[in-house]
Amino acid sequence: MSSSMLFNVTMVLYMVSTCIFFAFLASRNKAVGLAGTYAALFGFLVQTAAIGLRWKESYDQGHGHAPLSNLFESVVFFSWTIVMIFLIIDFKYKYRAIGFFVIPFALFGMAWAQLGLDSGIEPLVPALQSNWLMYHVITCFLGYAAFAVACGISIMYLIRESMEKGGGNAQAGGLLSMFPSIRILDDLNYKAIMIGFPLLSLGIITGAAWANYAWGTYWSWDPKETWSLIVWFVYAAFLHARITRGWVGRRAAILSVIGFAATIFCYLGVNLFLSGLHSYGK
Amino acid sequence: MTTTNKRGFAQEVWDFFCSLKLSIFLLIGLALVSIIGTVIQQGPQREYLATLSETKIRLYSALGFFDMYHSWWFILLLYLLTLNLICCSIKRLPRVWKVVSEPVLVMDDNFEKSLATVKDLKLKGSKEELKTRMEAFLRAEFAAPVITESNGEYHLFAQKSPWCRLGVYVVHLSIIVIFIGALIGSFFGYKAYTNIPEGGGVSQVQTQSGKMIPLGFEVRCEKFSVAYYDTGAPKEFKSILTVVENGKPVPGFQSRPIIVNDPLTYKGITFYQSSFGQSDEGSLYHLTVRDRKGGAPVRLDARQGERVALPGGAFLSVMEATMDVRPFMRGFDGPGAQVEFTPAGGNPQPFVVLSGKYESFNAQHGGDLLITFDGMDQKFYTGLQVAHDPGVWVVWFGCFLMVVGICMAFFMSHKRVWARVTDSGVTLGGSASKNPAGFEICFDDLVEKIGKA
Repeated sequence: MSSSMLFNVTMVLYMVSTCIFFAFLASRNKAVGLAGTYAALFGFLVQTAAIGLRWKESYDQGHGHAPLSNLFESVVFFSWTIVMIFLIIDFKYKYRAIGFFVIPFALFGMAWAQLGLDSGIEPLVPALQSNWLMYHVITCFLGYAAFAVACGISIMYLIRESMEKGGGNAQAGGLLSMFPSIRILDDLNYKAIMIGFPLLSLGIITGAAWANYAWGTYWSWDPKETWSLIVWFVYAAFLHARITRGWVGRRAAILSVIGFAATIFCYLGVNLFLSGLHSYGK
Repeated sequence: MTTTNKRGFAQEVWDFFCSLKLSIFLLIGLALVSIIGTVIQQGPQREYLATLSETKIRLYSALGFFDMYHSWWFILLLYLLTLNLICCSIKRLPRVWKVVSEPVLVMDDNFEKSLATVKDLKLKGSKEELKTRMEAFLRAEFAAPVITESNGEYHLFAQKSPWCRLGVYVVHLSIIVIFIGALIGSFFGYKAYTNIPEGGGVSQVQTQSGKMIPLGFEVRCEKFSVAYYDTGAPKEFKSILTVVENGKPVPGFQSRPIIVNDPLTYKGITFYQSSFGQSDEGSLYHLTVRDRKGGAPVRLDARQGERVALPGGAFLSVMEATMDVRPFMRGFDGPGAQVEFTPAGGNPQPFVVLSGKYESFNAQHGGDLLITFDGMDQKFYTGLQVAHDPGVWVVWFGCFLMVVGICMAFFMSHKRVWARVTDSGVTLGGSASKNPAGFEICFDDLVEKIGKA
């Protein structure tokens, strides 16, 4: 068995989970919602095994390293962290419908990695040979994943809010009854960002510490660094906006979606469109 | 009239800098303008400037876009943000401090109405008995209470982690500390660069602005080596460095291997493996020349560019060479040299010579002679990044404060419980600074336990 096969199984399971969550929204059957969560959990376990196996495979090839070094590995890890944060929130708060808005992010990541990215295991170039790689990547991606979950929740918020405003309760009532109330969605959005913001801060700090350790400059206004700071500013604004009354609910949800768009640009856009460090060995 | 106006104006300025709306505006504004510097190349290269029109270049440099993060308006925004967070903290801290240091000890009727979670409990026993029971109970299940007697009733007050309310201000302070660290670094530190050939040493380095800075000691490069993976990708760059002070190697800093991600620090100055190159001086190339018609092979040594006489009247000079051709030639490995071969009475011919493994490749050139490149005593120079930043520990302290502050502010909650004890029973009230739903569960739990106690 190879890690690549297990990643395929993972992708299928996330697809199954997404479909079950859709069926849950349509059927309003609690057991179906639970099945969606279990499918996601099963996918998560398979993916964990696959990441572990890929780690071992790199050792078998004689240049072992944590599977966090190239674009393929980072996208896979990103999708893993998204499901992890989702499962934590799901088991704690049990609002299954959130799955339909979050698991597709993980599914999309796995599909892109498996179908579009080079999955070869490459040895580490000198710049990446450091334990800081693990601390930095893990903290950053857990933060990103929490923002992905917050974004999914905010999309739910915006849908529910516009449905309620539109007064389309008669036909939309069924779907709405599956969504947590607006107040809860707003609160969950805040809670997910409360998980993500410290992790992003830690990710920036570990990155700065690594940069200082590796070449003596903790901050050099590299595009990736700058974008991570932009993301930090947006979520810092979000947190401050919670304190002033006018910025809860709809505006907070929009800010959360913008924040995630900036996060994705920080993660991928900088590598694809701008030059600098963090170019995934291109 | 004028004084009130003045005070009114000062008040307005104060309110302006204390406003949260200004914070949000500055944070989003900083996020937006920061984008400019990631789209426009900073400290631009000539090739990049060539892609821009004359007007754009003039506009960008007038606005400071080419060194955006050091432009006066960007720095101004950072200062405004700092001022804003200082003012906000000054305005709000006393109120929060009062909650922490002077807690409300007595739950009177008005205060009771302001609490979301209140429960009346009918309990048997006298006031005194209940007071003792409640004190022991709170001490065991929540926190040690303060007891106040007022209007013939006993009031118990207990709280958990009141100081977590200061978390926000710890975060604000941490940002100021980080800024101070950055300023210390930019005033008293430097970034420099130096190349040291194998066997050589330096005692001064050149900063980015071209200034020479004496180190106060000498750094010698004993040896430099590169290792490659099978794929030809670089695996390791390694310098062996020795610190020499007053003509003697410093104990513990002798023949220290320095690789990427593992620098050397001596007296607050850190040396990072950054680049390398071939130091052509001193390299000795080894070649073997054999006549195709037979005869014993002749071994030759040559230095860079030196014209070496070959048997039969030809000449050869080695232009450049490498110990591993993989990065330059697909499908080949081992040593290789770019040589210039001058046959007897002919014109110079440049070509590449590889090791004995590639006999047929080598046979393509050289006329009557078969030339093989055996390798070389290669000399490298090592490129070291040199940094001195006395502010860096202040920055790390700021980062540490930030993490602590964020954890206090986000993950901890100031929980308070009041108990009013009368002859007819106990009234329990509670509040938490965060997560009211979570606190309600904890409060109900307490109430249930009192019933059982």
